Amino acid sequence: MKRTSKIFAVLMSALMVVFAFAGAASAEEASGTFKIGGIGPLTGGAAIYGTAAMNGAQIAVDEINALGGAVQFEFKAEDDVHDAETSVNAYYNLMDWGMQFLVGTVTTTPCIAVSAETNKDRVFTLTPSASSPAVLEDKNNTFQVCFTDPNQGIASADYIAENMADAKIAVIYKNDDAYSQGIRETFIAEAAAKGLEVVYEGTFTEDTATDFSVQLTAAQAAGATFVFLPMYYQPASIIFAQAAAMNYAPTWFGVDGMDGILTMEGFDTKLAEGVMLLTPFSADATDERTVNFVKTYTEKHGDIPNQFAADGYDAVYIIYAAIQAAGVTADMSFEELCEAVIAVMPTIAVDGLTGAGMTWAATGEVSKAPMAVVIKDGAYVTP
Amino acid sequence: MKKKSFFADRTTRRDFMTYAIVIICFIALSLLASNKVLGRAQIGLLVPVCCWIVAALGLNLCVGVLGELSLGHAGFMSVGCFTGITVSEAVSNAIPDPTLRLIMAVIIGAVFAGIVGFLVGIPVLRLKGDYLAIVTLAFGEIIKDIVNCLIIGVDEKGLHIIFNASGTKSASDLGLAEGGKTIIQGAQGAVGTTTISTFLGGFVLVMIALIIVLNFVKSRSGRAVMAIRDNRIAAEASGVNVTRYKMIAFTLSAAIAGAAGVLYGLNFSSIVATKFNFNTSILILVYVVLGGLGKMQGTLIAATVLYVLPELLRAFSDYRMLVYAIVLIIVMITTNNQQMKNLFLKIIPKRKNKEVQ
Amino acid sequence: MVFLSYLISGLSLGSVYAIIALGYTMVYGIAKMLNFAHGDVIMVGGYVSFLTMNSLGLPSWLAVILAVVVCTVLGIVIEGLAYKPLRSASSLAVLITAIGVSYFLQNAAQLLFGANPVVYIPVISGTISLFDGQLNISVVSVVTIAVCIVIMICLSAFISKSKMGKAMRACSEDKSAARLMGINVNKTISVTFAIGSALAAIAGVLLCSSYPTLMPTTGSMPGIKAFTAAVFGGIGSVPGAFIGGLLLGIIESMAKAYVSTNLANSIVFAVLIIVLLVRPVGILGKKVREKV
Repeated sequence: MKRTSKIFAVLMSALMVVFAFAGAASAEEASGTFKIGGIGPLTGGAAIYGTAAMNGAQIAVDEINALGGAVQFEFKAEDDVHDAETSVNAYYNLMDWGMQFLVGTVTTTPCIAVSAETNKDRVFTLTPSASSPAVLEDKNNTFQVCFTDPNQGIASADYIAENMADAKIAVIYKNDDAYSQGIRETFIAEAAAKGLEVVYEGTFTEDTATDFSVQLTAAQAAGATFVFLPMYYQPASIIFAQAAAMNYAPTWFGVDGMDGILTMEGFDTKLAEGVMLLTPFSADATDERTVNFVKTYTEKHGDIPNQFAADGYDAVYIIYAAIQAAGVTADMSFEELCEAVIAVMPTIAVDGLTGAGMTWAATGEVSKAPMAVVIKDGAYVTP
Repeated sequence: MKKKSFFADRTTRRDFMTYAIVIICFIALSLLASNKVLGRAQIGLLVPVCCWIVAALGLNLCVGVLGELSLGHAGFMSVGCFTGITVSEAVSNAIPDPTLRLIMAVIIGAVFAGIVGFLVGIPVLRLKGDYLAIVTLAFGEIIKDIVNCLIIGVDEKGLHIIFNASGTKSASDLGLAEGGKTIIQGAQGAVGTTTISTFLGGFVLVMIALIIVLNFVKSRSGRAVMAIRDNRIAAEASGVNVTRYKMIAFTLSAAIAGAAGVLYGLNFSSIVATKFNFNTSILILVYVVLGGLGKMQGTLIAATVLYVLPELLRAFSDYRMLVYAIVLIIVMITTNNQQMKNLFLKIIPKRKNKEVQ
Repeated sequence: MVFLSYLISGLSLGSVYAIIALGYTMVYGIAKMLNFAHGDVIMVGGYVSFLTMNSLGLPSWLAVILAVVVCTVLGIVIEGLAYKPLRSASSLAVLITAIGVSYFLQNAAQLLFGANPVVYIPVISGTISLFDGQLNISVVSVVTIAVCIVIMICLSAFISKSKMGKAMRACSEDKSAARLMGINVNKTISVTFAIGSALAAIAGVLLCSSYPTLMPTTGSMPGIKAFTAAVFGGIGSVPGAFIGGLLLGIIESMAKAYVSTNLANSIVFAVLIIVLLVRPVGILGKKVREKV
């Protein structure tokens, strides 16, 4: 018995030493460059979004550093496995590293938790892609690069009301996902306001995301000619394949999460023929910046960048623009930088890959035009 | 019969050693934290570590002491977590003091989790072995789905609750009066929670859980529960009311997990029901098994080390979860394989001799 | 007609569960352990066949064979490295090791194949149209159901007739008695893992063909569902796993169609709980007398 408690004591104290050493190693250093931290899921089921955003941000940082201007960046990305708890831990790690600006977090639920902390600590936060309005609520330090969910739901309903007012609409969404549920709520409210007819609503959860034949059969039986899919592209790819197998061919309509479906390895783009979606970014765009970005990204990481990569890339450029507008220096503390940058955010306009002339409200919401595209012959086309 | 001195009893002595070490660790860590020796990253881990320790203590009561494998303890954490958040948010105007609110939330959360544990226990404890395990897994998943469908809001008239089974309702259907707020929004979870958990609160909860569990094991009920674990038929034949004691242990275990859930939920400003899924149940189970079944001291160490490990492995970035998996397998094999055990036994006495010299 | 199509999608989903559950139940019956890594072997099977077809451009029949071979080897290796040293350890220790193996496979797959979901090209495609196009069944559903039945029959025959099958049954009854009878217990368990993993590979190909997407976490949910199915039917029983899998698929489908898509999973689990309360050892499970 005595030995157990001795081992116990030794282990506990060893653990405290570990804690103490890890702490001592992370003292803050003054440096000539701004330190930008990034948080997103780099492993686990949502890794594709985090890795893309962080890769995009890294490319922007490299570009800016290569310019050799007065403003230089140091960038460090941390993994949060799409989990609020790990995300907050990642944030603390970055704070110990000496982070001055946060690009993150990539996904919504962790972002709400982290931005609550950054708001308390006064760290300027720019999320590439966390789209829920709760991310911004009651926080003046947090800004978004992407549209908010309500914005997308309303824009989708408006677009449909304008172009296909007599469509019989079915909605399939993911009930255990904040993003999916958020867009669906505003879509339904706006659809009711515009007099659109919703004939069927079906849901799925993470656990039932393998088979959609029941929802599709029900939608078909309800006579839906138009299916709204506020979800990410991975379940959507199954929906398209299963619908094709049962000869069901309504008009599909997606939101920005649908972006990326064409570049999925092995995806038969014929299945997505005629799919409409709202997206801020298209890898096929022919403007010089997009072409260069896509080229660099493909060279470095071997695949075609999706919208998240573009959001991450833009986020760094937005911080770059804000730093220049505020005229701040890297030796200022993160609190001072935060207040200075918050003050200039509503005054700047940034041209990015995901929108030209992006501006921000003081609440943190971005203003840019959502672009509705149709997939034709495996590429986005503006209708 | 001569009355033995209080500390003469080995178990009591060991228990008090445990309390003392936990208190010393708490004081030391608090000092280190307030003197800025610990970085933000380490301080941030303190409260979650307490949560997982408490949850693991609760589960150890079920798996180690009662001897029934539960794969759904995250479900009880979930019940505690969302009850606690609802309580804390609903009374935030009436009781502005965060400490008082935290205490109230933890108590109510634990009671609710206990009630759910009792209700789940009625069918579950009639089963045995793997069948029991799968049913706890099933209940864990059902609780997750149900919380996913809950929409709760509060205004001056009180709580408004909707159960969104059809998937067609949203927070706007709550009909909240002006100034009301939504607390839980289905899958979007509890968002914008005021975070009131503190390391002190976590420490107190760990102490309470430890005292309850360690004393329960020594009590009459605890001995009855262990008798059932070791041989149900013999226990029954000796007049132990099997169902009653099983229910007591299971309910207590659920309530402790619920209290851990409250502390956890009030530490983050956003939390979703899917956090408490099967994987989380397994995570707690790993702490318990690695720490040793029925050994509360072991649970303390295992939960702390295993929780901190992936954070320390951050430097390995992409490989950290892979390393974690390998460590887990190697530790299990080395501690449970007979040949390895013999090898260890050969090494350990040697070390002991050295100490003596 | 709509009902019929719900039924068929339930049967098809259930057949996939059943094939996975067969592997689960065999390993449980003989090694008395819950192999939580089974679901991840499915994922490996999916990736192997995907890479063979996509990157190497080889025909699909070869992809299936390769997947089966790789998974069989993987199953034997996992058993030898991780489970064999724990033969005499408590079942909980083995369970945690199995969870470790599952984490390992998922994370290794992410490093090797990337986190991005890929689209699986079904090994079989096409649609059968019945009743003037009112009922459309995909060929892969029919094939899945057929394969499942064939496997079930072969497996039952193998276990009851072949020498190895008899050895397996002996091991599942009493390992030490089996050893005394001259049965190589270690070899028998290895063979069981090999067969279970081969089944997982086939299940992987069929799962990905029916629901054509693949990522490192693809196997985990079907794995848990199949475990549920195996317990549902009575764990350790081959026909039980088959029936359990099919019922689970049908219940899930019907719950989605007629009750609530939100609660489909909960309804499946609720039915499981009720069944276990009525029959505590599952539908076809053997009742074991308690010895005092």
